[in-house]
Amino acid sequence: MFAYYLDLALRSLKRNKMLTALMVIAIAVGIGASMTTLTVMYLLSGDPLPGKSGHIYYPQLDPETGADVRKVPPDLLDYISAHDLWQSGRADRQAMVMDGNIKVQPGGGQSPFMTTVVGTTSDFFPMFNVPFRYGGPWTAADEARGVRQVVISDVLNQRLFGGANSVGRSIVLNGASVQVVGVLDHWRPRPRFYLLAGARNSGGNTSYFYGRAHDVFLPLPTGLAINAGNFGWYTCWAKPDPMNLPTAPCESVALWVQLDTPARAAAYRGYLTAYDAQQRELGRLTHPANTRMFSLSEWMAFQNVVPGDVKLQTWFAFGFLLVCLFNMVGLLLAKFLRRSGEIGVRRALGASRAAIFEQCLIEAGIIGLLGGVFGFLLTVLGLWLVRQQPVEYADIVTLNVPMFLLTFALAIAASLVAGAFPALRASRVAPALQLKTL
Amino acid sequence: MQILPILAALRRHRMAAFLIGMEIALACAILCNALFLVSNRVDMMRVDSGVDQDRLVVVWLDGIDDAHAADLAARLRAGFAGIAGVESVAVGNAVPFTQRAGEMGFRVVADDPHYTEQGHFYVGGPKFAATLGLRLAKGRWFSPDEYGPVGDFLPESPSVMLDAAYAEKLWPGQDPLGKMVYTSSNSFRVIGTYASLVRPDPSPYSQHNTLLVAGNPGKHLAGVYVLRTTPEQTDRVLRDARALVARVAPTVVVEKDFSGSMLALRHAFFAGDRAMAGLLVGVIAALLLVTALGIIGLASFWVQQRRRQIGVRRALGATRGDILRYFQTENFLIVSGGIAVGMVLAFALNLVLMQHYELPRLPLYYLPLGATTLWLLGQLSVLGPARRAAAVPPVVATRSV
Repeated sequence: MFAYYLDLALRSLKRNKMLTALMVIAIAVGIGASMTTLTVMYLLSGDPLPGKSGHIYYPQLDPETGADVRKVPPDLLDYISAHDLWQSGRADRQAMVMDGNIKVQPGGGQSPFMTTVVGTTSDFFPMFNVPFRYGGPWTAADEARGVRQVVISDVLNQRLFGGANSVGRSIVLNGASVQVVGVLDHWRPRPRFYLLAGARNSGGNTSYFYGRAHDVFLPLPTGLAINAGNFGWYTCWAKPDPMNLPTAPCESVALWVQLDTPARAAAYRGYLTAYDAQQRELGRLTHPANTRMFSLSEWMAFQNVVPGDVKLQTWFAFGFLLVCLFNMVGLLLAKFLRRSGEIGVRRALGASRAAIFEQCLIEAGIIGLLGGVFGFLLTVLGLWLVRQQPVEYADIVTLNVPMFLLTFALAIAASLVAGAFPALRASRVAPALQLKTL
Repeated sequence: MQILPILAALRRHRMAAFLIGMEIALACAILCNALFLVSNRVDMMRVDSGVDQDRLVVVWLDGIDDAHAADLAARLRAGFAGIAGVESVAVGNAVPFTQRAGEMGFRVVADDPHYTEQGHFYVGGPKFAATLGLRLAKGRWFSPDEYGPVGDFLPESPSVMLDAAYAEKLWPGQDPLGKMVYTSSNSFRVIGTYASLVRPDPSPYSQHNTLLVAGNPGKHLAGVYVLRTTPEQTDRVLRDARALVARVAPTVVVEKDFSGSMLALRHAFFAGDRAMAGLLVGVIAALLLVTALGIIGLASFWVQQRRRQIGVRRALGATRGDILRYFQTENFLIVSGGIAVGMVLAFALNLVLMQHYELPRLPLYYLPLGATTLWLLGQLSVLGPARRAAAVPPVVATRSV
């Protein structure tokens, strides 16, 4: 029976090509728009550390001493608090993270250039599953000695060494010679979750946080020694001396901890509160206690890191899909009721209402399938357009298998929903009335 | 044209009329909000910079060795000034359409411990205002003795100038001259206001909250150069300036994102807004297309369905014009109903968007704008089917009644 209905549906669709084309175009355009934005949403709001993000936490406290008291703790820690918490070693893994720009002097007649740098501690790499192509991270012991070692990204390695194994070779950063100990494999976390400070205050303009990962990773003490004053994002509550960040009254460091069990996480929360209380007792901290420890996904949600424009586009795209659906319901209704005579005959010859309903739905489903095919092509076109946009995440916008399947699922589901009401109306056609007018 | 018979006929097609009406309503809601967003972006892109942007070239340097900064700054300024066609050169901490370099909280009441205001402090070396082409609104420009050494952030200088509109916001209805601005480390007296100067990073939330203080070029004021020339020479001046940097300071990095003619920097700064506006225009176009297709499809169906009735009407003396006007009026009624619902939906959607995206309220004049667009669209779409209806010959009435 299904094959027969399929045949009937195809015949019916062929009979009025214009109306069929209108419906297919409507559903295809709606699907194309919503799948384009949905794919971008999916890519930008995914879990950057699958399987691990639940164990990664972001401790915070309020280190400020000025008259203005914040409602929520500042996005970063001051160096002293971060260093104290880090040094305590109470988490399974912990890393301090700062970022900025650094000058790379390739030598050999090439002109120097600026690139992005992270100053961090050795746990950063295993904690965030950072893949290495050559070598590996520096050791904790070397780090403490302020060793002149560096880990570089695959992109920088390509630029400086043509992609060769550069472990053991030296590069000049901001006038200081440092030795490469590790080269990262392709690493494109989205967003750059390890430094999200300030995202929530950027008015939704967060595409910056979806840029490439940093190029240079320095042990934090080394970074402070050779790149002082160039470590970026910080807020100061009193007049700072930027050259001496560790003692400056500024928030500049992100601290990440890995806590493998809920019990460990609870214990760390207790430790954070106790540390905060102790520091207030010592008089170093003066504001009311305001500690907090988000998990990675909570932190990303709090920072509102998915760009506002992307969310706005998604709203519009789905509103648009809704318009397309109303359009299709109207057209299907017209199409089915126009065949009232034919339906009357079928009913008179013994077809049940369910059979008519089924037949109409199959026709709607075929329109959905056709709409899905064209909608898929439009999605590919839409994603190509997104890639042409001047946004940092342009290069990661590609269609993947789940989204490919979802395109067709959405198209067929949408057309079945749109077809249900007209099909119901068609199945209610009174056979006697129709036969009389024939 | 009588409306009642049309309404009576529509009642027989309640569902289809309702569906097309709802489609129009949704389209109206989306259209109004999308148009509003586009116009917001366009307004943003047209922000008044306050500078002579067609005459300026910016060279943003990075990676300057602090020990040699003062010497380098002097040599670069002399070198830039020597480039053919350059009228004047100045150094600053930032210029419009680059990145912020002096964002700071401050207060205007001496003993208030709270830093209630936040603005962008431009630090400008000698001739900074003249090179940019700022226009004096009130008071006077800096005198040579007011340029102080730049400690690490702001210069040791007694004076400050502000954007005129920003000064009005800080001291409503008062003369800003002589007022004080306090930062955590300095206090400045207002000596004048300039007509306008945009922030380095204008956004929908803040555009002209700028202050200007006078600093001597040196260790902390050596990186950002602005060159004034004539509009035709900006490209060549930029090339010459880059060549000069490569010759005079080979270890210094020219930041390519922030170096170029001011017009090019402005164009690049708004690339994201332009893309978003373009995308929204695309959504609007697709929306209108789909809506038009829906109207055409349904109207064609109705025309075919009513061929016989049309024939009867024609046979009874109705003119082609009558038939044409019938379908046009019918479409007008349906679209009007849709628009009525759509206006409510437009405001509802705007409220939702306002909650999530700090958008302003939808101005009322967007509603007639959206309504007119949809009325026109409806009439245009229905024209084809209506003409086909008008072409139905009266003889149809005699067939198989």
